[in-house]
Amino acid sequence: MAETMVEAPAVKTSFVDEVCSVPGGEAIRSCIQCGMCTGSCPTANNWDYQPRRVIAMVRAGFREELLSSNSMWFCASCYTCTVRCPRDIKPADIMHALEVLAVRSGLSTKQSRTPVMYQCFVDSARGNGRVYELGMMIKLFLKTNPFAAIKLAPVGLGLFLHGRLPLRPTRIKGMKELKAIMDKAKKLGGAK
Amino acid sequence: MKYYSYYPGCSAEATATPLGLSVLPVARALDIDLVELEDWNCCGSTPYNSVNKLEAGAMAARNLALAEKTGLDLVTPCSNCYVVLTSVNTHLKELPDFREKVNEALAAGNLTYDGGVKVRHLAEVLYTDITPEGISSKVTNPLEGLKVASYYGCQLVRPNGFDDPESPHSLDELVASLGAEAVPWELKARCCGSSLIMPEPNVALGLINKLLKNAQERGAQCLVTPCPLCQINLDAYQSQVNSKFNTSYNLPVLFVTQLIGVALGIPAKELALSKNIVSPMGVLAPYL
Repeated sequence: MAETMVEAPAVKTSFVDEVCSVPGGEAIRSCIQCGMCTGSCPTANNWDYQPRRVIAMVRAGFREELLSSNSMWFCASCYTCTVRCPRDIKPADIMHALEVLAVRSGLSTKQSRTPVMYQCFVDSARGNGRVYELGMMIKLFLKTNPFAAIKLAPVGLGLFLHGRLPLRPTRIKGMKELKAIMDKAKKLGGAK
Repeated sequence: MKYYSYYPGCSAEATATPLGLSVLPVARALDIDLVELEDWNCCGSTPYNSVNKLEAGAMAARNLALAEKTGLDLVTPCSNCYVVLTSVNTHLKELPDFREKVNEALAAGNLTYDGGVKVRHLAEVLYTDITPEGISSKVTNPLEGLKVASYYGCQLVRPNGFDDPESPHSLDELVASLGAEAVPWELKARCCGSSLIMPEPNVALGLINKLLKNAQERGAQCLVTPCPLCQINLDAYQSQVNSKFNTSYNLPVLFVTQLIGVALGIPAKELALSKNIVSPMGVLAPYL
């Protein structure tokens, strides 16, 4: 009994600290578990663990369970939780911090296509300096479910026929400088 | 004439082309000089900030550094760019370690950022600087009889918008300043599912259906929004909602600049009205 009581806090502390260390995750300790976030969330029904429980799990040290879940990937960044939270812990920012940690630790779930989409977006933004939406969409479907693209083809065609889906990416002039900035940021490592 | 540094955002040049195109003639008509930020890059958006904070911060900060040189407020018509640039700007002010590292990265591109830029949303500029009264005084085609549902979406008003985060009113006032009727409706600042439409279409389509249903029940003939992603979800995916939920919505979704432009007498072509997927030409015909 005494042994577990000594060991457990060490695990708990490190996951909370890890979340606190990501910009936006700092205030997680102030949560009072009122559930306003879960009650306000438009997508909570789809989460493996709903927002309030996510916060509780961070503080209880359930790192692997949480980072490999689909939960935070369903956050649509509507910030309703954030403006309603009575403790100002910024739940949406905490979800983004958890996404960062899931990516960093290689635990991102395969059950949601969102992590793949985010990575496709990042690659596109880094590659041209601006996001190339058509290229990103094609890459997402090739990497996840090419058949899902068939269902969405009419939407893509509609956008294309209305001149809203250019076939070529736009590239910024300062790619060399942007690449130098981004390479340096990468070298400087995880943001604290 | 009022001067601003202008940050269109990636979508204004692609999926939100009607926004990118309609902003310019409307700004001219309202004596707003939007000086496009030279060689701006992607703000990083929510995805980059959910993958790596420092890289995302550096990417956004390049724009802030370029804008700082102009000495003007940085104005974007995109709600997501607005939230992301604002959030990075705040983190740079409040987190010294983050600021130091981002500036170290910027130095590799011969840039530096001192935190002096004010990021603003175009809708806020229209409401606060130009004001509904100022716009009203320039209306040549009052939109009398047109029932409009003002759809704020999320990121214009949350987490740090200029209007009430739960029950905003600024767009309604702008709509009213054009002579149109802003219909009251409950879901005007609820989520459309944003980019979940791609990875999780069933979730987003359900949310879009709720919004369209509410706007239609309250008598709206069209919706108006400032947000690129909201517009695409409600406009381009409306047919998918109809197939999935066996509905028959035919609700045009206009960018706020498009609706203002019509009331200011700007030709339909300059407002890119033909680029909306659900055609607004029927409901706008009396005013064109």
